[in-house]
Amino acid sequence: VSVTEAPKHDSNAPVDARRRSRKPESGSSARLPRGPFRPEFWRSPLRGPWLTSFLGMLLIPAITVIALTGFVDHWAHYPELGGNGTVGPSGDIPVVFHFPASWPSWSYAVTQGTHVTLGLVVLPLVLAKLWSVMPKLFQRPAVTSVAGALERISLLGLVASVLVEFATGILAMDDWTPWSFNFNTVHYYGAWMFGTLFVLHACIKLPVVRRAYRERGVLKPLTQSVAQTKPEPPDDGGLAPINPAAPTISRRGLLAMLGGASLTVFAVQAGESIGGPFRRLALLAPRGRVFGTGPNDFPVTHTAAWAGVTSAMTGADWRLTVVGARTVSLSRQQLLAMVQSARTLTITCTDGWSTTQRWTGVQLAALARLVDAPEGAILRAVSLQPRQAPEAFSRSLYGDTRSLLALRVNDVDISLDHGYPARVILPNVPGTLNTKWVSELRFEAV
Amino acid sequence: MRRGLRLGFRRRYGASPLHLLVHLVGFAIVAFALDRIFSGGDVKELLLWYLGFVIAHDLLFVPAYTGLDRLFRATITRLLPSARSDVPVINHVRAPALISALLLIIYFPLILRRNEGWYVELSGHPLTHYLRNWLLITAVLFLGSGLIYAGRVVRARARRVADIRPEGVS
Repeated sequence: VSVTEAPKHDSNAPVDARRRSRKPESGSSARLPRGPFRPEFWRSPLRGPWLTSFLGMLLIPAITVIALTGFVDHWAHYPELGGNGTVGPSGDIPVVFHFPASWPSWSYAVTQGTHVTLGLVVLPLVLAKLWSVMPKLFQRPAVTSVAGALERISLLGLVASVLVEFATGILAMDDWTPWSFNFNTVHYYGAWMFGTLFVLHACIKLPVVRRAYRERGVLKPLTQSVAQTKPEPPDDGGLAPINPAAPTISRRGLLAMLGGASLTVFAVQAGESIGGPFRRLALLAPRGRVFGTGPNDFPVTHTAAWAGVTSAMTGADWRLTVVGARTVSLSRQQLLAMVQSARTLTITCTDGWSTTQRWTGVQLAALARLVDAPEGAILRAVSLQPRQAPEAFSRSLYGDTRSLLALRVNDVDISLDHGYPARVILPNVPGTLNTKWVSELRFEAV
Repeated sequence: MRRGLRLGFRRRYGASPLHLLVHLVGFAIVAFALDRIFSGGDVKELLLWYLGFVIAHDLLFVPAYTGLDRLFRATITRLLPSARSDVPVINHVRAPALISALLLIIYFPLILRRNEGWYVELSGHPLTHYLRNWLLITAVLFLGSGLIYAGRVVRARARRVADIRPEGVS
């Protein structure tokens, strides 16, 4: 077989005359600028309302779960207590959910692991969805009515916000923050923008989805092999090609490829959230590596060196000041002489990774009693870490019998990186709230 | 009368009044969100991020990967006549390439050590292994895809031989 005899799949594929004649305003095409502004430029035989609808309908549940778990993360920071490393309460919607004390201490690990992992796993679908609607960007005339103009503006906002939302989330997970803006503010209110425009877009396009499913079947296009793959007929929305190339992949092939990409991302990422033996499988996750089997050899988000805490600050002179109705100063020996509780608790970073360890220390509730903390007081935990605002905890949180001022982990003293001489550890809070290198606990009346 | 009003609205606006209503409600929430977003940093930097990402995605990233795909298809058709046989090779290259590229998009700061100093200080561990792991995963993906392709070629050939042979001969 000589090469020249080969049928050319792409450049000279015969154009179906019927398709061309069915194209609306076919005469005006010649007046359009060359390239992507002409509808015949877009040749993929897979593009069309069905494919876009199918990808969109996969994204709806995924984006919903990512958004809900994102709000759960926001509320798990207890923004109503002011700060706590997230956006302030002013102008925000009220907090509607906190993890109940009856829930297991790894509940936040599940929601935040889901938020981050699912966010990464749907990225191929998001990119494919954007690819499927590319012809729309270049449609001419761009705007034919006020309604069309509003839709265009909302789509610009939707695409901008989905890209920035995913980019900031992914880069923050990678521990690379090449920006000077406040991640929490931009990612949280960016989610408001993205979520709103996503819902708006889904509402506006629902009739298109229903029509595509009615005309083509919900799953029927997935039964076709490459040879059976036919382009969708040209549509009013301008997604289906009027000049389709011969198919090189079936629709199910494309979806299988996207699914394979999602599965691979899951495989190299999820281990850092699931932990245990699965951590070693997280070949590319930022906290997926195992560096030893010792009692303190589990990952940290922030080392003592990064935080500016030195062993000189945590030596024999270290005292814990506990402030309530009265003030008490305790050495580490005195703390160890108090009643010790052991709890298996999970630390989960907002980046999505988790680690579950056995912590031993004094219950925060016992320390509250020791200083006659006012009824319903808020606890503020002050760290030796320079320039670190104290984290705040509600009575329901530090009153939980699982909430500890931990002194030891896995039957040894906690290491400096894990918060020596003492750290706060609570169920179902973001890792940053588990204050390390604690120097002062203040029970403040509200 | 009412119907006439509605038709008049549709003619002038281009859609139903409900369309306008949901857009106005949506835009009000977005205006609030944008106000908060821009309170979180430098306006110029944030505009650069929001508009820059749209431009980078729509006018650079998509043309780049579709262009690469087209170039690759053209090359493969010219170089490998067998690519046009009953077992096309193209998707056996596309799939591992797509997955490998996606991993690079997600983990490039670690793989390419964009954030090395910061990461080392934060985590207390060096950024070794990420490039190696990514290359290994990429190699395994291409190898796996190649093996599946080889299997399909062998099966297709066996089928062709079976079709050619007269019945009764094994």
